[in-house]
Amino acid sequence: MKPFDNLTAIAAPLPLENVDTDKILAGRFLKTISREGLGKVLFHVMREDPDFVLNRAPWDRAGILIALDNFGCGSSREHAPWALLDFGFRCIIAPSFADIFYNNCFKNGILPIVLARDIIEQLIGEAQHPGGMAMTVDLACQTISLPDGEVIRFDVDPHRKADLIAGVDEIARSLAYDDQIDVVEASRSTSTQWITPISASRLHDGSPL
Amino acid sequence: MTVAATPRTLFQKVWDAHVVADLGNNAVLLYIDRHLVNEVTSPQAFEGLRLAGRKVRRPEGTIAVADHNVPTTNRAGGVVAIAEPDSRLQVETLERNVAEFGIPYVPLLSRRQGIVHIIGPELGLTLPGTTIVCGDSHTSTHGAFGALAFGIGTSEVEHVLATQTLVQQPARSMLIRVDGTLSVGVTAKDLVLHIIGRIGAGGATGYVIEYAGEAVTALDMAGRMTLCNMSIEAGARAGMVAPDAKALEWLKGRPLAPTAQAWDAARAAWSELRSDKGAVFDRTVVIDAHDVMPMVTWGTSPEAVLAIDGHVPDPAAIDDARKRSQTEAMLQYMALEPGKPIAGTPIDIVFIGSCTNGRIEDLRAAAAVVGDRHVASSVRALVVPGSGEVKAQAEAEGLDQVFMSAGFEWRDAGCSMCLGMNPDRLAPGQRCASTSNRNFEGRQGPGGRSHLMSPAMAAAAALAGRIVDVRKFGA
Repeated sequence: MKPFDNLTAIAAPLPLENVDTDKILAGRFLKTISREGLGKVLFHVMREDPDFVLNRAPWDRAGILIALDNFGCGSSREHAPWALLDFGFRCIIAPSFADIFYNNCFKNGILPIVLARDIIEQLIGEAQHPGGMAMTVDLACQTISLPDGEVIRFDVDPHRKADLIAGVDEIARSLAYDDQIDVVEASRSTSTQWITPISASRLHDGSPL
Repeated sequence: MTVAATPRTLFQKVWDAHVVADLGNNAVLLYIDRHLVNEVTSPQAFEGLRLAGRKVRRPEGTIAVADHNVPTTNRAGGVVAIAEPDSRLQVETLERNVAEFGIPYVPLLSRRQGIVHIIGPELGLTLPGTTIVCGDSHTSTHGAFGALAFGIGTSEVEHVLATQTLVQQPARSMLIRVDGTLSVGVTAKDLVLHIIGRIGAGGATGYVIEYAGEAVTALDMAGRMTLCNMSIEAGARAGMVAPDAKALEWLKGRPLAPTAQAWDAARAAWSELRSDKGAVFDRTVVIDAHDVMPMVTWGTSPEAVLAIDGHVPDPAAIDDARKRSQTEAMLQYMALEPGKPIAGTPIDIVFIGSCTNGRIEDLRAAAAVVGDRHVASSVRALVVPGSGEVKAQAEAEGLDQVFMSAGFEWRDAGCSMCLGMNPDRLAPGQRCASTSNRNFEGRQGPGGRSHLMSPAMAAAAALAGRIVDVRKFGA
């Protein structure tokens, strides 16, 4: 995964609850076999409105998104964080996130930050100022610094924090547990011999090939 | 001296049996028994394996099928005949990847093809006590059999392909107990919409839900699958029901279900799969089944739901400014007037199908409402079986004739109009009575307006041309 240490960027306000991943990246754009190039169709329907925040300076070059509760709900599509990343977002701040989306962010070097609703409302108010607001996110220190000198602390799961700072190759790390995976796999195939291996012949529907 | 073991929940038991290693900081490596792969969320995962020179660790624990993109008409030409080039490319890419990595595949023209969450249980691949993942959020469906099943992103698909494990943080546990019996005309779909309306679209975020109680035990397996399927719409990581005799009866004899001695061994192991007396849940929600009515969504989140005799909310009565403006936006998108009864709203399209309600029991319920009546002249109505097996069974029972005589289109299996990735889509402004799971803006097609409901309610809406109470409409 892409490492993340700190980031200074314009924050775009999106004061909506339950922003679903269909809204972030509509189903008709899922027919790609690549991870790249989805930034241009991020929030596609909302961006048809010229007044939508991401169509206006300075938010059109935002790197931080601030939204309300249950951000990223619905479909598991990782195309949603790919589109956010491709647009330029590396950090999303909300009072709560949907689980799968939250996981998907970390896998792509995006830091999702959970803050209390009243702090979020304050940040949204400041981010809406015509000139915009640049903030600095420091993952190692777990702080957000605002232009007026205010510093906001945030919590992050220590495992995910360490992985994100290191930009760890999670698959390589898990493969290092190969011996232990073998043990569990072997014990499951004996103690749970009823988990039948899937094979083409068992899937065949009986009709002539 | 014996030490009493700490009582555990069903979820905890399945979790504990699959922990490979403690990664520290509250993370574990969790073993995955079954991995379901579809054409939409896998191409980038296979590409990742190729770039890193990695193999699929356990092809025999993996199964692939194309469901999201596939057309539901004129399929005889197979994959090469898929009209939309980008859809065809995605299905062809899946076929190339499963061939290259040796993964068992259910081809488009097999009778076993269908929506991955319908065919998993049908094949007996979904078994109690197993861990099941898929790059699709509705993987929670499989929890109806007491499996721990959840949706994952594409990076995690790649991780499971390479390692047969996932890095996981523990979830909290929620018990949803439904006491009493559901009234006549009220289904599992109504129950789950009621639950989402009560706890909210993010109400179960971070939790694995276990559904229990008299009304849940009374549900057939199709109903339990509908219930677990929509757990994700309340934000839950997974939904589970403890496997009982009904679940075992349903699985016995399926192609991948164990047989003979293995079945006996499995049955013995599965009898332990229930929450122990005294097991502690982080949260408990109690629902009285008598409070559940036939439900219909009015907005663009599944939590925006009403009983059929209810009225669309009036933003003027909402104090919180953000909630008021979001309600106004939903009403505007849905073209509904504040304070009006939801019943009587005219509809253009009816969609009966999806991983939520595309099973044979759903089609029987819809057909029973249709009888010898006809779809309203203003309505276009589709029935899309969830799998080729469901389609064949429905045809054997003559349900296809009931639907076609009534003016419904009778389709081939796939995700169809649930998600607007194949030719079955709503046009802008069209209003749909849908048995699917999401009423998000544009979900069923750009500008489309979705009202989620049960198959019986959708069938009644098709006949009436408007949203009606199926209990008053008569079967």
